[in-house]
Amino acid sequence: MPQPLDFATLQPVIVLSVWTCVLLLLDVFLIKRKSITAVLTAFGLALTLGLTFMQVGASNDGFSGMVVQDGFSTFINALQLVGGLLGVAVAHAYIKRTGSERGEYYTLLLFSVIGMMLMAQSNDLIMVFIALELLSIPLYVLAAFTRNTESEEAGIKYFLLGAFSTGFVVYGIALVYGATASTNLHEIVAFASSSSPSLLLTIGAALILVGFAFKVAVVPFHMWTPDVYQGAPTAVTAFMSSGAKVAGFAALLRVFSVAFPNISMDMAPVLAAISALTMIVGNIVAVSQTNIKRMLAYSSIAHAGYILMAFVPYGDAQVSADAIASGLFYLVAYMLTNFGAWAVVIALETKSGSGLELSDYSGLAKKYPAIAAAMTIFMLSLIGFPPTLGMVGKFYLFRAALQGGYTTLALIGVITSLVSAFYYLRVIVNMYMREGDPTPARDLWLDLTWSITAIATVVVSLAPQFLFVLASTAVMLK
Amino acid sequence: MLEYVAIALMIVVSTFVALSAIGMGELLGPKKKSKAKDVPYESGMLPYGEGTRRIPVRFYLIAVLFILFDIEVIFFLPWAVVFRQLRIFGLIEMAVFIGILLVGYAYAWKKGALEWE
Amino acid sequence: MTIDLLLFLTLALVAVATALGMVTSKNTVYSALFLVLNFATVAVFYILLGAPFIAMSQITVYAGAIMVLFLFVIMLLGTERLNSANILPWQRPLAIILAVILTVEAGYLLIFKSNPTAMVNAPDASINTIGSLQSLGMALFTDYLLPFEATSILLLVAMVGAIILSKQDKNEKGGAK
Repeated sequence: MPQPLDFATLQPVIVLSVWTCVLLLLDVFLIKRKSITAVLTAFGLALTLGLTFMQVGASNDGFSGMVVQDGFSTFINALQLVGGLLGVAVAHAYIKRTGSERGEYYTLLLFSVIGMMLMAQSNDLIMVFIALELLSIPLYVLAAFTRNTESEEAGIKYFLLGAFSTGFVVYGIALVYGATASTNLHEIVAFASSSSPSLLLTIGAALILVGFAFKVAVVPFHMWTPDVYQGAPTAVTAFMSSGAKVAGFAALLRVFSVAFPNISMDMAPVLAAISALTMIVGNIVAVSQTNIKRMLAYSSIAHAGYILMAFVPYGDAQVSADAIASGLFYLVAYMLTNFGAWAVVIALETKSGSGLELSDYSGLAKKYPAIAAAMTIFMLSLIGFPPTLGMVGKFYLFRAALQGGYTTLALIGVITSLVSAFYYLRVIVNMYMREGDPTPARDLWLDLTWSITAIATVVVSLAPQFLFVLASTAVMLK
Repeated sequence: MLEYVAIALMIVVSTFVALSAIGMGELLGPKKKSKAKDVPYESGMLPYGEGTRRIPVRFYLIAVLFILFDIEVIFFLPWAVVFRQLRIFGLIEMAVFIGILLVGYAYAWKKGALEWE
Repeated sequence: MTIDLLLFLTLALVAVATALGMVTSKNTVYSALFLVLNFATVAVFYILLGAPFIAMSQITVYAGAIMVLFLFVIMLLGTERLNSANILPWQRPLAIILAVILTVEAGYLLIFKSNPTAMVNAPDASINTIGSLQSLGMALFTDYLLPFEATSILLLVAMVGAIILSKQDKNEKGGAK
């Protein structure tokens, strides 16, 4: 029977779930103006963010070991809630503009955030699976939300490949259960370290890795990403490209470093290869893109490769703490920069869905210097150019890879970053050196999104130690 | 495994009953075949075109809702078996579960998903 | 034990045959019916493994409700008969080659590289009776309480999603069919 402490570990999630259910009914029965739903959604997220901050310092497991609440989960949850708030901010005007304004957009977004938070707190493979579904299903629906042909195609593609990847996860879970007779992460590691190495466990872990590799879109499981990111409503793409990726990495980090440290010798080379491949393919293919949504999609694939770099030495006790902190730091940097860049893309997208080509950014700097400056900051941050968060994040990542003894990987990271400069700088060149007549949509929430993320990207990078210390204290309960 | 012998026996018997009902009709009944008899019966009208027809999307929504509530009902069975051991706690658990699904039910109702337009 | 083995082998044959029938059948309705048979066979597997409740759920949810949905979708799309033209000309041989490689590799690893007797750690099999529903209920409603409640949210999301995607909103402009 659950004790009060059990509820305390999951308090933010429970509050947000209740709020979402109430909001779903309020929206359909009472609320006529959907802006009110948006405000109430933001309020719920802010409230939950406050509750999450109150959890700082505590660490417990709850509900018979199903979930844990520790520094790591609090960090990820706070990040996801900020992502949710940004997701509401960029969506509000966008769905009105594209004529698909419905209150369910916000409730589905909230459900997805609930799934993401549960994912970071899961301590049992069953919970990981349910959280994965809970975060994915709303995203499938959101991807098809505007119901034009491209959006529907994106929705069905995302759904089919998402369901496929979930199959991998479930099969992996089944094999791990077969090998260790438990789905609890702590019991798995206890069993694995007391018995002889089991091939079944390794195969199960590998299948789980494949499933999550689909979710975070790393090569060779990235094929769906460009199509889905391009076809989905841009506001949804902004939300899922950051939220789902952060959630996927959070689950991978927790499952692997808590349950599978014994097989890190087998896993590390695979992870390193995937990471290298992702950085190379993502960045090189991005060079040939002319559509900004596709370009950013490939950029997000490439960034998954960088983040994975922090994950490679997970079994090495000496460097793993620092590496995971670097990974968390980069997730923050990626979340802020990525959301900012997508917010600018949303601003420039016209009602009919055009304005998404790189040439549409020509002359932006002359007419709207503020937006152009913000976009410049995001592009520089994505390259890893000072003084931005992306640069500091990459520095920590490369340092983690070097400490773990993966010099080649760090080298590939540096070289591909140089390659990436080519296509990111092209956006800046278009904005500042070409003539054109773009007319971005102005809206308070959207303006706030790109300006705040741009300022944060620069300001935090000036004193990165603060955030890095915060990430270092975000340890997992083992 | 012995518990299942009864079930297997029941399946065999029911299959036999069903087959014998069809078989006896086939054996005992008179058989007069004609071309008109082999045509699907459409109230005296001559059939035209394909027999298969596309059905409206409304069926799909009903089917999805049916599955969801079907899964919900599945959970009632193990609950009913241990209801006494769980006492009031079990009741609260199930109330929360049903409560959340009632939200969905109210939503579906208000949205008109249960209406046949 | 031998009866169990015999039963298992027979059922395994049926399961594989129906699965193949489902994939190769050109008529989608036949495919769906092959799938029903496959689900039923899998349900018997669950009984053999001592999980009667899962077997029952398999029949009610999969062979029952989900098959109804499949048939609805088949009739909704009007695709009872598939085109005989091969849509994926070069993918099929490639897929077969890759599948064979994977099978051989997995078989090799499982048979020669590991100790098969020490591999699978089955959970406690002493509850291998019809009465196991009780222990399942106790586990589900005490230790697995949270996944159980989370499932209800999952079902709610699925409901909202299905309604959103298939139901036209009255005040919605554009994009509608």
